Amino acid sequence: MIGELLTAQVLLGILASGIRLATPYLYAALGETFGQRSGVLNLGVEGQMLVGAFAAFYVARQTGSLWLGVAAALFVGALMGLIMAFVSITLHAQQGISGIGFYLFGLGLSDLLFQTLLGTVQTVSGFRPLAIPLLSRIPVLGEVFFNQNLLVYGAYLLVPVAAFVMDKTTFGLKIRAVGENPEAADSLGVNVSLVRYITVTLGGALSGLAGASLSIALLNVFQQNLTSGLGFIAVALVYFGGWRPWGVLAGALLFSMVNALQLWVQVLGLPIPSEFAVMMPYVLTILALVVAVQRVRPPTALTKPFVREG
Amino acid sequence: MRKLAKWFSVLVMASMLMSACGGGGASGEKFRIAVVTPSAKNDLAFSQSIYESLLKVQEAQGGPEKLEFVISEGMFVVDDAGAAIRDYASQGYDLVIAHGSQYGSVLQEIAPDFPETSFAWGTTVDTFVDKGITNVFAYEARSEQGGYVNGVMAGALTKSNVIGVVGPIETGDAKLYVDGFVAGVKAQNPNAQVNVNWIGSFSDVALASEAAQTHVKAGADVMAGTAQMVVGAIGVAKENNVLWFGTQASQTSLAPEVVVANQIYDWSGVILEMIDLIGKGTLGGQSFAITLENKGLYIEFNPAYSLPPEVKQLAEATINAIVTGAINVAP
Repeated sequence: MIGELLTAQVLLGILASGIRLATPYLYAALGETFGQRSGVLNLGVEGQMLVGAFAAFYVARQTGSLWLGVAAALFVGALMGLIMAFVSITLHAQQGISGIGFYLFGLGLSDLLFQTLLGTVQTVSGFRPLAIPLLSRIPVLGEVFFNQNLLVYGAYLLVPVAAFVMDKTTFGLKIRAVGENPEAADSLGVNVSLVRYITVTLGGALSGLAGASLSIALLNVFQQNLTSGLGFIAVALVYFGGWRPWGVLAGALLFSMVNALQLWVQVLGLPIPSEFAVMMPYVLTILALVVAVQRVRPPTALTKPFVREG
Repeated sequence: MRKLAKWFSVLVMASMLMSACGGGGASGEKFRIAVVTPSAKNDLAFSQSIYESLLKVQEAQGGPEKLEFVISEGMFVVDDAGAAIRDYASQGYDLVIAHGSQYGSVLQEIAPDFPETSFAWGTTVDTFVDKGITNVFAYEARSEQGGYVNGVMAGALTKSNVIGVVGPIETGDAKLYVDGFVAGVKAQNPNAQVNVNWIGSFSDVALASEAAQTHVKAGADVMAGTAQMVVGAIGVAKENNVLWFGTQASQTSLAPEVVVANQIYDWSGVILEMIDLIGKGTLGGQSFAITLENKGLYIEFNPAYSLPPEVKQLAEATINAIVTGAINVAP
């Protein structure tokens, strides 16, 4: 039974599927990591993804340019991030509640625009797989790793970039300081609100891009509620990854690979009920969370609005 | 606070009074239907089927002056759907349709509060008559019949003898359709292998797409699927030049190159029967099914796909055999 799963065809299939499935999680969760490290919880990721997915799809369809679609997704995502920042940073709103509000807003807005502008499910010719010269010729693995579409590559390249910005740059230091001890950062002349505005807006832009990776690269359709909860899983992956880009990558890959595995378990007709198969990624992710000793703790100022004393 | 409570109770009483009056107004005036659906009315699947059927009913009844209908779509949260159903009932709609098997529990609670209003619930055979509720109609699709026909064609068309199916959750009409499809393939082509993938969701387009990728990797050259998330799978079929069989509504527009045929749900006959019964004072208690025989189900061939004539004949012969009872596709 296990033997059937351990063939090259199946293992490569799982790798290829897992890499694709993890793509939207990576964009959204890396963006959310910036926001949370600076102390702002944005539960509206799903809504930003939906609006981004629609914007990318619609613009790509109207203009024929996928890059304009990407730009549109980044722009509307950033705009929604900016509004979220205004509500949670300037107005000090309770972040969990306002995030859910933004989710519902994004769900409704993307559906309204979809119904009025498109009217029915349509398709777009999205980003094609792009073989990277030489690397894609590596026997067996080249096809899996180096013959994906550009937005998939982008998601994985973003991991080291995000880790570098967070750990090695002055701006990253400011983000961490603001998330841990905003009062101290403030007394040292760091503009707490500005840093948070930037991270939350950036997070919104990346969530928009996560939506675009679905609507014009992986699926090439738009439908009501296209993201179907992916954005909430992305928020969970930030916790799973211990607020670190590499941890987020590990979580996204674990979840996606197990999801790909369960698809194969069913295709091969292994005697596991489908209800159990679809539970596997969730159960394993929870187990990994429980078993792996979580020495990392959340940013101290997470969800706490900053109000300057005096 | 107490003042607020007082106002609230007045409002509740007023709305109850209004609903009591509203229910009786069926005769003579315009017939009013409200429908609540779990996904968008243009989902190319389950919700679209009831929407298009209602347009047909409206036409048959003489247009919007004679029959008015409203739709609350995208009600995938059952509690929200419950609120909408209650709202429509209290606004005096003659027939409130809860188009989703997941709405059963809320309907069972709401229907007794509006004994003058007729409700319909699908897809199911349960009218709650055994629970003393008499104002709920039930309707279902014998989707295994068209599934069988599609399966026969798939079995005849496959060259690799591997066929992939993407389903949502192993229940209701999705299970019926897939069971019928698998039986059809096996009857036509015992050597063909059908791989079935239940992805555990009606809405996860990304996972449906990846399930289809898995089927393609496993060698499938024909695929089928059911529910609104299959739009993701159809994209994969199109890209890999794998044939596709649709159900519930026409999915041809998404991939005219590879869609062979769709089983279409047409609920208009069932709804017309309900309207007729309501006119005669029967508000529920009966269960309906759309079948190939009563034309509530039919197979729509994609004209853009050149189906070999012998396969089309085979399909038509199979439809005939199911209608006459020569083939019995047991659920």
